[in-house]
Amino acid sequence: MIIRNSAALIPLILLFTAVSIPIVALKKKQIAFFMVMIATSLSVIISFYNIFRVLKVGTIHYHFGGWIPPIGIEYVLDPLSSFICLVINVIALLVLIHSKKIIEMESNIKSVPYYALVLLMLTGFNGIVLTGDFFNLYVFLEICSLAMYGLISVGGKQAPVAAFRYLIMGAIGGSFYLLGVGFLYIKTGSLNMADVRSIIPHLYDEPTVIVAISLMVIGFGIKMAVFPLHGWLPDAYTYAPTTSSALIAPTGTKIGAYAMLRTLFFVFGVNYVSKTLHITDILAWLSAIGIIYGSIMAIAQKGMKRMLAYSSVSQIGYIGLGIGLCNPLGLIGAVLHVMNHAIMKACLFLVAGNYRVKLGHSNIFKLNDNIRKKMPWTTAAFTVAALSMIGIPPTLGFFSKWYLALGTIKNSSWIFLAVLLISSLLNAVYFFRVLEKVYLKPMSSNDLEEPNMSKNSKADEVSSSALIPVLILSVALIILGLLNTIIVKGIIEKMIPAGM
Amino acid sequence: MINFFLGHYGYWFAILLMCLGLYGAIMKKNLIKKLIGMTIFQTAIIIFFVASSSKWGATVPIFDEKIGVANTAKYINPLPHTLMLTAIVVGVATMGVALALVITTYLRYKTLDESVLLKRMKKDNDN
Amino acid sequence: MERREDNPIVSLVSRTVSPFIMLFALYVIFHGHYSPGGGFQGGTMLAAAFILIRLSLGMETSQLQFKSSWATPLGSAGVLIYFGTGLVALLFGGNFLDYGFIPFYATVAENRSIGILCIEIGVAIAVMAIMVSIYDDLLRGSPDD
Repeated sequence: MIIRNSAALIPLILLFTAVSIPIVALKKKQIAFFMVMIATSLSVIISFYNIFRVLKVGTIHYHFGGWIPPIGIEYVLDPLSSFICLVINVIALLVLIHSKKIIEMESNIKSVPYYALVLLMLTGFNGIVLTGDFFNLYVFLEICSLAMYGLISVGGKQAPVAAFRYLIMGAIGGSFYLLGVGFLYIKTGSLNMADVRSIIPHLYDEPTVIVAISLMVIGFGIKMAVFPLHGWLPDAYTYAPTTSSALIAPTGTKIGAYAMLRTLFFVFGVNYVSKTLHITDILAWLSAIGIIYGSIMAIAQKGMKRMLAYSSVSQIGYIGLGIGLCNPLGLIGAVLHVMNHAIMKACLFLVAGNYRVKLGHSNIFKLNDNIRKKMPWTTAAFTVAALSMIGIPPTLGFFSKWYLALGTIKNSSWIFLAVLLISSLLNAVYFFRVLEKVYLKPMSSNDLEEPNMSKNSKADEVSSSALIPVLILSVALIILGLLNTIIVKGIIEKMIPAGM
Repeated sequence: MINFFLGHYGYWFAILLMCLGLYGAIMKKNLIKKLIGMTIFQTAIIIFFVASSSKWGATVPIFDEKIGVANTAKYINPLPHTLMLTAIVVGVATMGVALALVITTYLRYKTLDESVLLKRMKKDNDN
Repeated sequence: MERREDNPIVSLVSRTVSPFIMLFALYVIFHGHYSPGGGFQGGTMLAAAFILIRLSLGMETSQLQFKSSWATPLGSAGVLIYFGTGLVALLFGGNFLDYGFIPFYATVAENRSIGILCIEIGVAIAVMAIMVSIYDDLLRGSPDD
């Protein structure tokens, strides 16, 4: 029974746990964390099983309620959706292991509703990734958005304002997507993705379909934070509590990227979108501007979380550029960068959280050399993640940028290649600034007068539950970087849609 | 040309409401007015969907013995109505969350005007 | 919420009308298959019945009818009823939410009809609890969870 229904089990388990937490944890509040751990571990195990099953059997369809599509709703497991589902669940598990310490420390976060909201958000993410129906995607999009607004708003003093701004923009984005689905339904009469794909070739010249694509792309663009529509992102990531940022930043925007990939390439067809409509060209140019803009703004920031938020805008630009290039190498680069950026950003936000736990702040200009002695492991993990963001081999960051660069060379778009190289240099600027503060301190007269340095060099690390996820993520960057050929040849090359 | 405007007047009405809602959500300075603009935008989309489901000379989609089951052209399309039920509930939930956020903002900053709010947030940042 | 005086007309009318609203809401829920209605609509009307008492008689008196602390567990219970029906369908061999497999009666069509009724009841309870909870939270002025 589990094997037959495994395609749909992940959102169901997460939803069931999310809803039963308020009832079960009424008396004892510590049960909530335990239930969250069980639910996310189960979903990681099922995601691994799904990937191996998809690679062996092919695409799996699961019909809800026994109704055959296009009448019913179906879930589709193909290499793309199972891969992104795996990435989301693994990152969520690691961040939630780390969250125990943070939630204990923060006094204004009630743990029971917080964990229920986290599980609801994960339900929404998994539902968006697995579904094969347009309106079902809207429902899960709104579920995860509502949970995200709640998770962001329990942060500092300015958190509710940031959450309100994100709410207005996110709700309008979801409504644009719904309007696009409405236009598509009026013309094709069906809401199922596979069914629409078979009907669209007859409708290539209709203006309604062009309007539908544009509205959907705008809706996904607001969720994905491509360049002009990214206004909600810096404030939302900065003022949210550590666990929320570490959960939303690696995965929240990737959902928009996955949905855009699915709609543009797998439903509407590669040739129609790129050669007839040129939507992918517009997307590529806007992403290129976003890459440069994000990197420059990140250099100008003082707080580490705000710098990481603008860096996220820049990295989303890489994924958008990979989608916009419309050739197999670009697509491989984009999907590899989804996994890559998730691991790197999770590691970086968790490191910022560790600094907040021990030092009380994460302001770059107040860090000094003692951090290296006080928190050696955390700083080492930060160094590995920073090297991966810049793109230095053999970490994983180098390989995704390598595939993107190969994609731009194949298209002969030299401007995009220059954008990639310049942005890597700009990434180096703002990360090396932190590393310089932490590792290289010039000798000052105070040091010469203090002969006994061993008193300051006692290691005062965070507890192991907060340290292990950071270490696992940073080691994964190196190991996956060395093994990236297996990942690319094993899964990602099977994702390339027909016609590319 | 007349047919283009008068034949689709339901859709034109919905699009006019959408434009009004977007204008309110973007240009107004008060947080509650932004929220009202967003709600008008979502409601206009619901009206658009429901208008798209009607047919000339058709009746409500409840089983009628005189018309029978097989004659589907005489019943209006019930699927957009069902989809919009979900969309209405999503709109209500979003408005509930938004109102809670507005109340928290007011309790912390004692203002609901966006320009005054930004000034006070900037003062918090510089401290 | 402070009221200046106790208005006998408002208090009497709302106390009389509220049970009838609840009865009509139950009618709307159960007739979801045959006429306009169903879970969302009926749940909202149930919530309206409770909020009417909260508006007219004040928060303390209305706790006698529906305690505020019941709202979140009832909402979870509603979703769990929905989920439980789907899970029972899963355990008896069908896909999730395939009501034809739940052993109520003989024919598959009647099974589906009763299955839909079960989930509509779950949805109505959840919607009612959450609407009353939204009203209570906005009145208390606390941040959302």
